[in-house]
Amino acid sequence: MAKAHVYKRDHINTDEIIPARYLNTDNMAELAAHCMEDLDTNFVKKCKPGDCIVAGDDFGCGSSREHAVWALQGAKVGAVIAKNFARIFYRNCINCGFYPIELANATEVINDGDEIEVDYKKGVINNKTQNKEIKFKPLPDFAIEIINDGGLLEHIQKRTAD
Amino acid sequence: MGMTITEKILAAAAGKSKVEPGDLIDAKVDCIMCHDVTTPAAISMLKEKGIDKVFDKEKIVVTPDHFQPAKDIKSAELHKRLDTWAREKGIRYYYPLGKAGVCHALLPEQGHIRPGEVIVGGDSHTCTYGALAAFSTGIGSTDLAAAIATGTLWFRVPESIKFVLNGKLGKGVYSKDVILAVIAKIGTDGALYKAMEFVGPALKEMSMEARMTITNMAIEAGGKNGIIGFDEITKKYLDEHLKDKKEYKVYESDKDAKYEQTIEIDCSKLEPIVALPHLPSGGQPISKCAGIKMDQAYIGSCTNGRIEDLRIAAEILRGKKVAIRTIIVPATPVIWKQAKDEGLFDVFYEADCVISAPTCGACLGGFMGILAAGEKCVSTTNRNFVGRMGSPKSEVYLASPATAAASAIEGKLVDPRKYL
Repeated sequence: MAKAHVYKRDHINTDEIIPARYLNTDNMAELAAHCMEDLDTNFVKKCKPGDCIVAGDDFGCGSSREHAVWALQGAKVGAVIAKNFARIFYRNCINCGFYPIELANATEVINDGDEIEVDYKKGVINNKTQNKEIKFKPLPDFAIEIINDGGLLEHIQKRTAD
Repeated sequence: MGMTITEKILAAAAGKSKVEPGDLIDAKVDCIMCHDVTTPAAISMLKEKGIDKVFDKEKIVVTPDHFQPAKDIKSAELHKRLDTWAREKGIRYYYPLGKAGVCHALLPEQGHIRPGEVIVGGDSHTCTYGALAAFSTGIGSTDLAAAIATGTLWFRVPESIKFVLNGKLGKGVYSKDVILAVIAKIGTDGALYKAMEFVGPALKEMSMEARMTITNMAIEAGGKNGIIGFDEITKKYLDEHLKDKKEYKVYESDKDAKYEQTIEIDCSKLEPIVALPHLPSGGQPISKCAGIKMDQAYIGSCTNGRIEDLRIAAEILRGKKVAIRTIIVPATPVIWKQAKDEGLFDVFYEADCVISAPTCGACLGGFMGILAAGEKCVSTTNRNFVGRMGSPKSEVYLASPATAAASAIEGKLVDPRKYL
């Protein structure tokens, strides 16, 4: 069961998600070891595969480093649920086949440690701890297509092959 | 209904006569900026997928800058991958060490940016080039890979916000103070996904370099691009810098173009601004934050590492001694030589500053001036996030070159105007 790790913070930036001192590599496993390090040094230890990060406004602001998404993917984070996302980070997520979920009241309806299940297609988060279903606006179709294809390059390949 | 300059450029790149905010378009890309942190990954992705090609070797500009010269073995490996690829593909505009500079200072200086073009780069501050009436935006490695291979990229046409810069800047107040004031006013997500179009009389008094400081920080307000229309100052800069291809197309916003918002700033009322930790929106007038003790001053970066910035700093430092570690980082080799030839290095040397080779260096906590826990740095860079320049327990204060230089002399934040 996926757990929610809630950070009641706006503007969690890419320097916090993966500090620049680790940008001398693009190896996912190496990056994952430092995921969220400058925000929460325990994050990597407590995050189990499929767990979700829940945060406030403007998640992923700052640098264009896709390393931020790779660090989250490498740490096996299932999705980030935030009130909204910074533009480049949002795009990088989709391009990497990773779900950015926009939910206006994210940090109010999900508490730290809640057990949740996300249905990406239907746009529903099942908060099992609170026994509540939370609706979110699913990503646009073309973005879901890219994610389902495994990312932008896979999508381009597939489209060219078709 | 008319169109904004951003909409016109994107429409042309998509082969359409009209676009509206919210439209998804496939646009042709005219120039792609590649550096050492985000490009090696893009190269590997293309190789892995078996689409190892470049759409046009004349339209890709490559320079290592973030960890240049290589700061450790891992970054040396990144540089090696970038270098091997650039040579293998015959990239025409490759700037290896010796020619390499901070990308956003280097590309305009070397004549790679033209009005009306669509430019993308694997770096969030790619929005800098909008100062030259181009559409320019930062992308991640996967988008970069797609652009390198296909020369096209999908975009959502952004809504535009118009920023009218009225009045005249007072002495000791610079374009950096203007953009810090704008970001303080609207917040780091105040222009999320939007085009930030800057207009108004205050721009007429700004050089192209000063304008680039403004568009450079559009991303710090969440903007997709920052853009300034073409005028005589743009033309003069282009006449001096364009080399191989001198033609370009000038687009202007229509009088009846639609803006989501119009925000007016009276530049004559601004005083020097310092963005306090830990967000670029933490701007405060110097009168409210003077006196905070600093441990280091850093003058450089794609925001304020150009010759004009170094001249401003040197004017204040001439004949003085700094009280704290002060690092000067000319952004490109051309700027470095210019500063040397103008005697600015003597000024910095006499003042006990250290002068670095062109690099992004400590701006993003790479090297060349990393902060220890508890240390504070007044910096002419663009971000003051937690841990940005070193320890997560250090603090960065964003300011103009004048404020940074004056603060270096006193070892605390001070109003630079008393030194001018």
